[in-house]
Amino acid sequence: MTIGLPHYLAVSAILFVMGVLGIFINRKNVIIILMAIELILLSVNINLVAFSAFLHDLVGQIFAMFVLTVAAGEAAIGLAILVIYFRGRGTIAVDDINRMKG
Amino acid sequence: MIQLLVFLPLLCAAIAGLGNRFIGNTVAKSVTTGGLFVSCFCAWSIFIPFLRGTEHAYVTNVLTFINSGDLRVDWALRVDSLTAVMLVVITSVSALVHLYSWGYMAEDPDQPRFFAYLSLFTFMMLMLVTANTLIQMFFGWEGVGLASYLLIGFWYYKPSAGAAAIKAFVVNRVGDFGFSLGIFGTFLVFGTVQIPEILAAAPHMMGSTIGFLGYRVDTMTLLCLLLFVGAMGKSAQLGLHTWLPDAMEGPTPVSALIHAATMVTAGVFMVCRLSPMFETSHVAMTVVTVIGACTCFFAATVGTTQTDIKRVIAYSTCSQLGYMFFAAGVGAYGAAMFHLFTHAFFKALLFLSAGSVIHAMHHEQDMRYYGGLWKKIPVTFAVMMIGTLAITGVGLEGVFGFAGFYSKDAIIASALGSGTQVGGFAWFIGVFAALLTSFYSWRLIFLTFFGKPRWAASEHIQHAAHGHGHDDHAHDAHADHAHAADHAHAHAAHDDHGHDAHHAEPAGEDAGHEPRPDMRGFTEVEHGTLGYHPHESPWTMGVPLVVLSIGAVFAGWAFAPSFLTGEFWQGSISYSEHLHEAAEHIGGWAWAPTVAMLIGLTIAWFAYIKDTSIPGRFAATFRGLYVFLLKKWYFDELYDLIFVRPAFAIGRFLWHKGDEGTIDRFGPDGIAKLAVVGNRITARVQSGYVYTYALVMLLGLAGVATWAMTR
Repeated sequence: MTIGLPHYLAVSAILFVMGVLGIFINRKNVIIILMAIELILLSVNINLVAFSAFLHDLVGQIFAMFVLTVAAGEAAIGLAILVIYFRGRGTIAVDDINRMKG
Repeated sequence: MIQLLVFLPLLCAAIAGLGNRFIGNTVAKSVTTGGLFVSCFCAWSIFIPFLRGTEHAYVTNVLTFINSGDLRVDWALRVDSLTAVMLVVITSVSALVHLYSWGYMAEDPDQPRFFAYLSLFTFMMLMLVTANTLIQMFFGWEGVGLASYLLIGFWYYKPSAGAAAIKAFVVNRVGDFGFSLGIFGTFLVFGTVQIPEILAAAPHMMGSTIGFLGYRVDTMTLLCLLLFVGAMGKSAQLGLHTWLPDAMEGPTPVSALIHAATMVTAGVFMVCRLSPMFETSHVAMTVVTVIGACTCFFAATVGTTQTDIKRVIAYSTCSQLGYMFFAAGVGAYGAAMFHLFTHAFFKALLFLSAGSVIHAMHHEQDMRYYGGLWKKIPVTFAVMMIGTLAITGVGLEGVFGFAGFYSKDAIIASALGSGTQVGGFAWFIGVFAALLTSFYSWRLIFLTFFGKPRWAASEHIQHAAHGHGHDDHAHDAHADHAHAADHAHAHAAHDDHGHDAHHAEPAGEDAGHEPRPDMRGFTEVEHGTLGYHPHESPWTMGVPLVVLSIGAVFAGWAFAPSFLTGEFWQGSISYSEHLHEAAEHIGGWAWAPTVAMLIGLTIAWFAYIKDTSIPGRFAATFRGLYVFLLKKWYFDELYDLIFVRPAFAIGRFLWHKGDEGTIDRFGPDGIAKLAVVGNRITARVQSGYVYTYALVMLLGLAGVATWAMTR
């Protein structure tokens, strides 16, 4: 059996759903949320590259490189925020972070 | 010349009013007073040719005011005999009042404003009397109302003055409403507001009818009655008179100006100016007569019980206006104008001399605290006696009489001579009112100048006699310590007899209120005086009094031959030769007013000189009548019940239920509250947890994506 576009897309979808569930179901650790976000971005990358190869269009792969860059930056900033947050509040448990409300 | 006459007071008012503190008291006073004297000179030089019959009516155009469709209104100055008389009255009295105010208002901190108002008042009245169109007359009419509002409320820090000013304005508004309806109606019927054209066309409209409030009514009757409502408001006739006595809250020179020359004479002037129009409606004439006679009687009865010296004179004005109106009502417009003319002199005289008494008595206005003043202020006493002789109409037919004798007797004779039923009624009232006039006028004189001094009971005098603090209630807002001390010095300067004692003690204001004659250091303190010595007024107040008293003595004698004949008026008022003849031949009845006057004098002499216990016993016996008169026939209470309280009730209802309960509740307040409550509910949706927000975002994204795909 040859590996075709549907397979790539299926992997991508599974990764995406895992990422989303990682955000919602996880109630413990903020770092896991960050990792879940990375997972979502990764699934999008797979999508982009798969379509790029399928359509013979390099734009998708270039875009994937951009997404990687953004993901790296986002991880760095997210971790920095976490460090600062921990200094201020003394915890990074998800259930304790509930001040974002009116 | 007429332009100079009319607009000079306006210019002076502008200079004094706008210059105010920049130009200072003396300049403001000099400019306005000087301007008025120039105006007065012009007025006499216009009047004298008319008196000689060498001058005829003319109109000077100034500017076009309104030119719209059929309506054309010019600023124009109309001069004829009627106007000339009014010009003389207004400018003479006003000029003298200006001069008088130099003395009377000398201690007021706000003099330029006062003089500006006085000049403005004069200008507005001049606009009114020179009007050639009803619109211009209305302009003057309203301007006079405005100026009177400003002047009555001149001491604005006194709540009573503010209330009186508002009352005058509001009551006048009722009259003005009638007047403006009358003007609208006149324009509707005649298609013009030019007074000569209206008067020429009026006789042709007799008998026609017009729809009004769903009824067919006689056109001329309706118009005349509407215009007369305006005259009633301005001239304080029965029903709309309530503002006049309250207007006493203003400074005394203002009262003199309002009562003698400007404002209240406007109504009489208007009826005379439009006399050919009034002549076309029998009903309107009857109404004018009856209202005039009733006012005359009403005000005279109230005048007999008042104790405030200015109020007595105020009611006297009201009563004299009643005379003028019933004279106009029976068709004797010449007599009405003549009485207006003579009345201006003796009423201004009475008011200004009352002001002089008040000035002498340290702003005490209650006659019960006067007494025995004739020795202290002889000049004031003399001029006030002249004024009283003039108003009561002392005189001998064919020999000589004071001003009121000629005019008042002419009115009363005309009423009888008219031969109608209402004329007879008016005659009876007129004679009876002459008795009352004599009574209250002499009562005023006897209480003020004769008998024993009764000053000790007056708080004003106690204050003045002790601390020499300047206790004038009109000034107490400004009477700081330094001011009081200044005043005490000024006092000592022009009044050095008997004031030696007060140099010894500080000129503070806290010297106490209770009588302490022993502290004064006088060897003999006259009983009832607290050692207070009334002082005669300065010359600026004395000169106008003397000039006016000359007018009060000779105005009737000198002008009766002209004013009561048709030639002088040159058709500017409607004149009936027949009525004049009839009034001349009423036989022995002509003596009735004189007899009534003597009876009044006798009663007053008995009650206030011979046996001073009579008034008290009378009041005790006829308690009901006395209180009824003292309360001015309960007019104020009645109006309070009928108009003021319901107006307050409606206002309160609309405020609480209408405004607060409906508009605010469903309007701004309601929306604000909705936003607050809504926010509180939506705020609950926010949990603060990151994953909840992420879920919402995801759902939103899914929703948008679904919508985009299935579209």
